[in-house]
Amino acid sequence: MVAFGQFAEVLIGGLLAGVLYSLVALGFVLIFKASGVFNFAQGAMVLLAGLALVRPLDYMVAQGFPVWAAIVLGLAFAAVVMAASAWLIERFVLGPLVNQDGLTLFMSTIGATFIIEGGAQMIFGSDVYPLRLFPTDAWFLFENQFPGGILVNKLDVWGGLIAGILVAGLAVFFQKTKTGRALRAVADDHAAAQSVGIPISWIWFVVWLVAGLVALVAATVWGTKLGVQFSITFLALKALPVLIIGGFTSVPGAIVGGLIVGAGEKVAEVYLGPLIGGGIEYWFAYVLALIVLLGRPQGLFGERIIERI
Amino acid sequence: MLYREAGQFKSSYSADMAMFPIRQDRIALALLLVVAFFIVPFVASDYFLRAILVPFLILSLGAIGLNILVGYCGQISLGAGAFMAIGAYSTYKFTTGVHLPLDWFGTEISIPPLAVLPSILLGGFMAAIVGILFGIPSLRIKGLYLAVATLAAQFFFDWVFIRVKWFSNYTPSGSVAAPELNFFGLVVHSSIERYLLCLAFVTVFAFIAKNLVRGSLGRQWMAIRDMDIAAELMGIRPFYAKLTAFAVSSFMIGISGALWAFVYLGAWEPLAFDINRSFQLLFMVIIGGLGSILGSFLGAAFILILPIFLDQVPHALGIPISVETISHLVFIIQGSLICYLLIVEPHGFARLWAIAKEKLRLWPYPY
Repeated sequence: MVAFGQFAEVLIGGLLAGVLYSLVALGFVLIFKASGVFNFAQGAMVLLAGLALVRPLDYMVAQGFPVWAAIVLGLAFAAVVMAASAWLIERFVLGPLVNQDGLTLFMSTIGATFIIEGGAQMIFGSDVYPLRLFPTDAWFLFENQFPGGILVNKLDVWGGLIAGILVAGLAVFFQKTKTGRALRAVADDHAAAQSVGIPISWIWFVVWLVAGLVALVAATVWGTKLGVQFSITFLALKALPVLIIGGFTSVPGAIVGGLIVGAGEKVAEVYLGPLIGGGIEYWFAYVLALIVLLGRPQGLFGERIIERI
Repeated sequence: MLYREAGQFKSSYSADMAMFPIRQDRIALALLLVVAFFIVPFVASDYFLRAILVPFLILSLGAIGLNILVGYCGQISLGAGAFMAIGAYSTYKFTTGVHLPLDWFGTEISIPPLAVLPSILLGGFMAAIVGILFGIPSLRIKGLYLAVATLAAQFFFDWVFIRVKWFSNYTPSGSVAAPELNFFGLVVHSSIERYLLCLAFVTVFAFIAKNLVRGSLGRQWMAIRDMDIAAELMGIRPFYAKLTAFAVSSFMIGISGALWAFVYLGAWEPLAFDINRSFQLLFMVIIGGLGSILGSFLGAAFILILPIFLDQVPHALGIPISVETISHLVFIIQGSLICYLLIVEPHGFARLWAIAKEKLRLWPYPY
């Protein structure tokens, strides 16, 4: 029973951590679906959102604002920053690159990553800033079934809840609103969408804005977990295997991929790690992605890739 | 006036396809080599040789290698740092002697310590072998998907060289010191000798690369890059073309990794070859020019010199800027330049150079 208790604890911890990966991966999927751009800057956007949230928040708290007001104002400020950066990226980076091939666009987002990372840290500072929006203590579940119970981090549960709300919200946005429908039209065919009167540059701005807001949500959770700091940008690299496994074009895929990666790497670390030296969390997700790529290149939920000359 | 090819007639196909078909180019290159080999070592200061020219030459070699893969064959790679690390650690193992007990098979591999030069070449071969292995996914996937596969190589080998103590000969700190650089009795020690060593390597491999890309192999790579399905229908084997690109590219990157570790750093840790190194090389290739050997040099020079330049200029002007701000500025400027170049000149500095040459041909009497 002890062994099973431990396994359940590892598995639950991994699944919840996976939800947090999904939060970052969601931003990628949104942009990829709507504009065919693989947005490498998503991790940098999480950093920017986190810094734009935590710095004014700290400042206002130090000035004697009530905490709830500081949080609301801080979130509003961060949202404005994300909107501004969305507009700038659309206007100056992606706008001029319309109709270029995917690789060029991908490399331009690497450029954007560097601008955002440098700019965000230059404006807001480059230390580790602790953020405390959610409780970070632990729960012990099923204490009478298992000796010691199952340890679950409250923050991870919050992360899961938020991810659920976010996905539901995005689903409603895509299916029910006018803009959401326009987004799906653009994703299907740029030229056809344009010819029925959908303004493409506006739609792309909206996509980047939504991805920016998703980054803000991810920043609140990850910022609470790790503190807002530069290493948050590496989340973008962690989200890549999630996307490969789930498929680049699928919102549910991002969630399922995140769960698989999160649970897989925790279980592998605990049960496989001691055999081959530990620390395999570092690359496990990538190797998993590599295997999926070899077997099913479009991912579990992705659309089949068809090529023509 | 000076740069005009009037009167240079080519009477055979091979003359037309020569490496440098224009006489002025050949003269300029010969002059450049003479200056680099015989004048620079005596003129340049110790700091300039050690801190700027040596890393520039080594990273140029890495950039040439990556350019073969990304620029000529169109297979994007984010794992260049891993292949540099493989080159460096394999060379280290070959110079200190390989001893690998294979208890399961009841045997063992034991190779006595080798000299430095064969070790470096073997290091390149090891990188090439691993490159082929990680290139196999490229037969099924491409573009961004392949980028993730190469990223897997990067993270996996970061981990391997940190965790598997065998590679660092069980040193407790995990950092490794290169043995003496003995080339057939000549010990490379001073900055000038290090510089000449790197220069010799880079010259040889740059010529090999330049020759490869204009030959059959290079044209196969470019056909695959431009449209792989069409190339396949024309009778080019993607299997052969892609894997040779991976092998040649990884070989050169591996050699540059070995040089980076042995000649430039001297003692190193796995962190010297992390993901940032991969990005650095990729940026050199993009900024310099995808699909250009010259561009690899230009990109390497630019990416290396930009931080030094930004470090020196505010000092010279008397504007106080903190080290932190400079490092952020470097990020911003690099990023902006990448975006700008992708928008304005997707072929990088090499293309600007080509345009300048076109202008020079008509100078001083443009039509």
